[in-house]
Amino acid sequence: MVREAIEDLLADYAAAIDDGALERWPGFFTEDGEYQIITRESHDAGLPIGILYCDSRAMMEDRIQALRTANIYEPHAYRHLLGRPRIEQHGDGFALRSNFCVYRIAQNGDTVTFATGRYLDRVAEDRGALRFRSRRVVLDSRRVDILLVLPL
Amino acid sequence: MDVPVTHDLANDLVWPRDGVTRVPFRVFSDPAIYAEEQKRLFRGPIWNFLCLEIEIPNAGDWRLATVGEVPVVVTRDEHGTIHAMVNRCAHKGALVCLQERGNAKALTCVYHSWSYDLAGQLQSVAFRHGIRGKGGMPEDFDASQHRLQPLRVEAFCGLVFGTFSDTTVPVEAFLGETMARMIRRNLGRPYRLLGMHSQIIHNNWKLYAENVRDSYHATLLHTFYTTFKVNRLDMDGGMLLSDDGRHSISYAKRGTLQQSDEYQNVHAAQYNSALAAPQLLDTWTEFDDGITHCIQTVFPTLVVQLTLNSLAVRFYTPRGIDRTELFWIYLGYQDDDAEQTRKRVMQGNLTGAAGLVSLEDGCINEFVQRGTRGSEDVNAFLEMGGRDAASSDGSRATETGIRGFWQGYRELMGL
Repeated sequence: MVREAIEDLLADYAAAIDDGALERWPGFFTEDGEYQIITRESHDAGLPIGILYCDSRAMMEDRIQALRTANIYEPHAYRHLLGRPRIEQHGDGFALRSNFCVYRIAQNGDTVTFATGRYLDRVAEDRGALRFRSRRVVLDSRRVDILLVLPL
Repeated sequence: MDVPVTHDLANDLVWPRDGVTRVPFRVFSDPAIYAEEQKRLFRGPIWNFLCLEIEIPNAGDWRLATVGEVPVVVTRDEHGTIHAMVNRCAHKGALVCLQERGNAKALTCVYHSWSYDLAGQLQSVAFRHGIRGKGGMPEDFDASQHRLQPLRVEAFCGLVFGTFSDTTVPVEAFLGETMARMIRRNLGRPYRLLGMHSQIIHNNWKLYAENVRDSYHATLLHTFYTTFKVNRLDMDGGMLLSDDGRHSISYAKRGTLQQSDEYQNVHAAQYNSALAAPQLLDTWTEFDDGITHCIQTVFPTLVVQLTLNSLAVRFYTPRGIDRTELFWIYLGYQDDDAEQTRKRVMQGNLTGAAGLVSLEDGCINEFVQRGTRGSEDVNAFLEMGGRDAASSDGSRATETGIRGFWQGYRELMGL
């Protein structure tokens, strides 16, 4: 049952982003949930600065507000392919590890492998639903193609 | 009508007579020009940024780099001296060091086990005397006559530079007094690595060189700057150029903002919400000169930034005529406390591939690359702030930094 609930959370998260329902994104996290995108190189070296960091849902909301109204980039969408999560009990929640591949589809149809890597998550029950306490996106490559604006 | 100014390139490029206020779009897409740059510019009398000293702290450490497209390895030898050599075996030309970073007592080519010391001098050759007396090198083979091709190396404030030319002036003279002073301000005390990533931008490297010298665009394209008053042209600030125009400093003093009406009709100023998480811009004053935003370029491919408290070194390197890799190296001072580090981590969100004030630069230069296709004979128009390439103290509504870049470029390229 726990596995099913966790897999639903992971699938729903990816669907929200792939569907462009980015306003739903912060809601997958607890109020003080953390989100970080970092390269494998920096993650392994224990360096604190990655590519994007949010220390709270409020900061995620600012990101979405900025990309909707302030930031300039060519329209594009993602398609997440998710791997089966490894689940371990961790305190009153769970520690997860799962693989992902994200394709980026540009408005002209160009479809490229934008990012591969793993999610390292901490999830717990929060107000009647499973939510991320932290989600660390560890990118296999140190290179980002063009720019990164939509969350992974 | 355009008339030739100088005419030295094999490929007959004629620079427009309006000088540095015009740039033929062809320079961003012509393979002959790209090839010529590799020789005249990157291997010419300039200093190329190679790496940071802190990336090779110990004896035997090495780090790969590129000068233009030339693969280079930077080492630290057993005496602590830094060397840079072309990463190309003197035997058959294979890459000698394969990993981006490493540590070794000697550098050995995997192909035929030619082995070099950390200064690049050939030490030994496999099967030099053959096997059981047969084969091997000729009797007069002299290992001392073979080595990895060296670059001259100089470090300044922990920035390691290399040059192929015997005539390049020392780094401090290359930078000039104003530029050297600002680098000392920002990198003149011990610092450490906080993070690193890169991005591939799909444009000629010179479009980024222009972009990062372009104080005119910064607050127009990068809405976030303007709205949150990180950097606006209605703050005291200016654009300082080295005497030769090649290097520049764009600076602003956030404490001096006097909102100007000119921003009213600018898209960039229309995004008008407060941050839900204001901790992003939680800053502290590090210097008493009032400067809170400083983007410094060092010709041709280095940038040192201190935006609020976000200290970083950027550099970009050509990966083909319309492909450039842009590296972001985030730094903090060694004596930063935990709270200061936390603030630098937060402000890391401002720049980089996903930077709130920089992500647009990932695509804007590509828009120029694509926009100018088929327009090789058309010129860019660069007259904002005048027609010269001189410091503009007091206003950053200017393209003087870009004109300065082209002044240096034309000199080196003989154009």
